[in-house]
Amino acid sequence: MDDNLEKHRKQLIRPILLFLVLILLLFGGLFYVKHNPKILQSTETVVTKSFEEGEEEIVDGIHIETGFVEDEHMQLVIQNCTSCHSAKLVTQNHMSEEGWKATIKWMQETQNLWGLGENETKIITYLAKNYGPETKGRRENIEVIEWYELK
Amino acid sequence: MNRRKFASNLSLATLSGLLGTRIVFANKAPNGYLPIALQDPDPFALFNKDKRMVVLNDKPWNIEAKAHLLNDKVTPNKYMFIRNNGRIPDTIDAKSWTLVIDGESVKNQKTYTLRELKAKFKHYTYQLTLECGGNGRSEFNPPAKGNQWTVGAVSCANWTGVRLRDILADVGVKNDAMYVGYHAADTHLSGDPNKEPISRGVPIAKAQQEETLLAFQMNGEDIPIAHGSPLRLVCGGWPASASGKWISRLSVRNKVHDGAKMGGSSYRVPCETVAPGSKVAEDDMCIIESMPVKSLITYPKSGALIKLDKSLLINGHAWAGELEVHNVEYSIDFGSSWSTCTLEKPINRLAWQHFKAVINFPKKGYYEVWARATDSKGISQPMVLPGWNPKGYLNNACHRIAVKVV
Repeated sequence: MDDNLEKHRKQLIRPILLFLVLILLLFGGLFYVKHNPKILQSTETVVTKSFEEGEEEIVDGIHIETGFVEDEHMQLVIQNCTSCHSAKLVTQNHMSEEGWKATIKWMQETQNLWGLGENETKIITYLAKNYGPETKGRRENIEVIEWYELK
Repeated sequence: MNRRKFASNLSLATLSGLLGTRIVFANKAPNGYLPIALQDPDPFALFNKDKRMVVLNDKPWNIEAKAHLLNDKVTPNKYMFIRNNGRIPDTIDAKSWTLVIDGESVKNQKTYTLRELKAKFKHYTYQLTLECGGNGRSEFNPPAKGNQWTVGAVSCANWTGVRLRDILADVGVKNDAMYVGYHAADTHLSGDPNKEPISRGVPIAKAQQEETLLAFQMNGEDIPIAHGSPLRLVCGGWPASASGKWISRLSVRNKVHDGAKMGGSSYRVPCETVAPGSKVAEDDMCIIESMPVKSLITYPKSGALIKLDKSLLINGHAWAGELEVHNVEYSIDFGSSWSTCTLEKPINRLAWQHFKAVINFPKKGYYEVWARATDSKGISQPMVLPGWNPKGYLNNACHRIAVKVV
């Protein structure tokens, strides 16, 4: 009898311990992310992200989870522009109102983007304001990130 | 407990809960298989890339090298750029992989297993330059839409496979064959199973070239998953989008292939040059074929400080699409005067060529080293941005590094 009980105890203790460790990891992770929001900028947190929906951390005017500039209609852009592709595809681009409109039309015609209705104008306004064209000329200066001594 | 082990202790059903979506055919997935979205989410570990590679986009994956990472004569996987248009196939099983050859212009439609392809046709290895059509896009003004590649979307690896021409001869191609279009196992970002992320190809003449391969190895090993395992079409010297990954079907067409990203402004430029920012009608756009002459200084890294009494060795690579590079020159006075570099012949047609030079600087100060290659038809790289086009393709402006002599 005792042997049996002992066996059961041994059988149970591993999954229970594992469960406790998982819970600890989960809450430890959430606590860590809460206090180190920058961690979300890295792409290493795909799994964590699914727990973090609704996380709306803004640092220096940047929405941490997506990298978007915080401004009116940002939520509309997140909802409509990041379900198929990464926010990075938006934030690395710079276009005029006309350019963003043409891009939306192209995505609707060829990439299954849904109709945006009255939100379209708001989305385009946000994009053209925060991700408008920059004048670069025909060749920019070389940007040196770090000077180093060449041995 | 590391993340990978953590994930392996969960069931697929739990994982789909985490993903917020149902994993289709979860019951058919091999034991221990994890969907790619949940495999190690660190892209550098996931794709065996060097940590200094730059992630431009994580959905779909687009990752580029920096100039100084491309110094190897043969590009290793860790420094090879990734340009994906859709989602990497969830399941890739080389054992059951098949290739269908169909289309209006084949005499008989035929299906080969990967094993049959390897057994039936002679194997060839070529070192082939693959450059993304949009490499250098970030410099265009007004800005061009898409992933903002700088200089690192180019590679020259060894590809091993069978010649597409041998397969075409085996199936029999009609006289009206015009184009070979590819179809692949990657899936559309929207999740629509009826849409292909990309389905491009090449004219029949390019398909029939000796160096055009259906490759199953890269640098002597099975092709890495992000680069098209288990079967990739490799068409060196053309925009890398012509070199379709995860190939499952090739269609021999009696017209220009009309798959995804063959039309509109995708991989097409104005047939006649236009002023920057112009609107261009669809009918006035032409498909990019051979890539233009270009070079890259891969050593030293930009930002070097050197002593006045020391000479500076520079080296790099030059390539010219279908053509050979005739010579490479460098300038340290902003293009006012040019000196010749030592240039090697290509190891085979369509492979990049290596150049080097030893530079002595006349006095202290800030310098830029510019490199300029000229192809076998006498065409050189421009110093400033070449012709503007709506999607910012074909930027072959000379590469520059900054040097301070102290």
